[in-house]
Amino acid sequence: MTQTRAGARILGFGGYQPARVVTNEELARAVDTSDEWIRSRVGIASRRIAAPDETVTDMATIAGGKALAASGLEPADIGLVIVATCTPETTIPNTAASVARRLGIAAPGAYDLNAACAGFCYALASAADSVRAGTAANVLVIGAEKLSQWVDWTDRSTCIIFADGAGAAVVGPAEEGPGTGPAGGPSPGPGIGPVAWGSDGDLADKIYVRDRNSFIVQEGQAVFRWATSVLYPVALQACENAGVQPSELAAFVPHQANLRIIEAIARRLGAPQAKVACDIVTAGNTSSASIPLALSRMTERGDIQTGDRVLLLGFGAGACYAAQVITVP
Amino acid sequence: MAMTDQEILAGLGEIIDEVAGVPADQVTPEKTFVDDLDIDSLSMVEIAVAAQEKFSVEIPDDQLKDLKTVQDVIEYVKRSAVSA
Repeated sequence: MTQTRAGARILGFGGYQPARVVTNEELARAVDTSDEWIRSRVGIASRRIAAPDETVTDMATIAGGKALAASGLEPADIGLVIVATCTPETTIPNTAASVARRLGIAAPGAYDLNAACAGFCYALASAADSVRAGTAANVLVIGAEKLSQWVDWTDRSTCIIFADGAGAAVVGPAEEGPGTGPAGGPSPGPGIGPVAWGSDGDLADKIYVRDRNSFIVQEGQAVFRWATSVLYPVALQACENAGVQPSELAAFVPHQANLRIIEAIARRLGAPQAKVACDIVTAGNTSSASIPLALSRMTERGDIQTGDRVLLLGFGAGACYAAQVITVP
Repeated sequence: MAMTDQEILAGLGEIIDEVAGVPADQVTPEKTFVDDLDIDSLSMVEIAVAAQEKFSVEIPDDQLKDLKTVQDVIEYVKRSAVSA
């Protein structure tokens, strides 16, 4: 007799974008670029930039609070807080412990996770593992970045791309297996599918910040080539891990790096029915915040509904990448 | 067995149609990617990646930059197949 097994699922999303909107026109006044070029090559129409005194901890706290509210849980229910970020204000102390304190979560496990733009998917996988193993009853997972602090605003190859924001999800337990689905039937599949992840340290020099006094540098063409050739098999593996056919996906939410990359990967998925997230158009590239922020906004707009199977794919500096299929709460 | 020019052209046409939305019958050997087919450098990378898979050749960025016309790519694929 097959038994049910401990699983994990998402209980709620939250997102936060800073108030200040920066349009392509504004950037075109400062560097040699144009609205048309940016929209065609990157896909961004506008992005949000945090206020000078607005921190990653601030943004993470707001997004985390919204996810907690959406989940219906109390702060006391959270056993672990993970903040995925590659732009924390401080390496010592971490961001997660401060966020937990501000949200009134008493003494949870707390750590920051740096996998750059794959950070949220890595953190989500780790959160699901913790819940399944019983290490934490519920986990608050946040992706938050203030990339504007790391960008050379005179460098037109990067200042048009990177932006600020935060997104979050609460992960809780679920039972999976026979009899756990609607009306006692088979489970509809994992709330959070097993991750397909990896890294390629050979590409470490493609996106980097040299030292504490330097800015983000990336080899755009090399990154584009890598992202459009190597990642779709990872995405397909994540579908297989979850026991989901690409044709069953309601949506595909890749890291919002560049709309041309997003479209190129989507073309290869064999999921023409899936809505493809294009949050980058009004959010910019917010690294580990981009996927949870997109999920939060898509939920608010009704682009994704309860029960939808959604494929997430994070990828970026490291190079690091991770994909999993989730079920929308 | 080596592919003919026509076979490579047909394969390229399919790729360019999918990547850049240019109808395959408009993809003729003498046309330049940038001026005639209005294909930018990002699409060229995507086309190169797809061509690598379809024709079992390597088209690194430093070779790609010299491929200006459709015929240039056909010649490149034929040359690479011969030396494989």
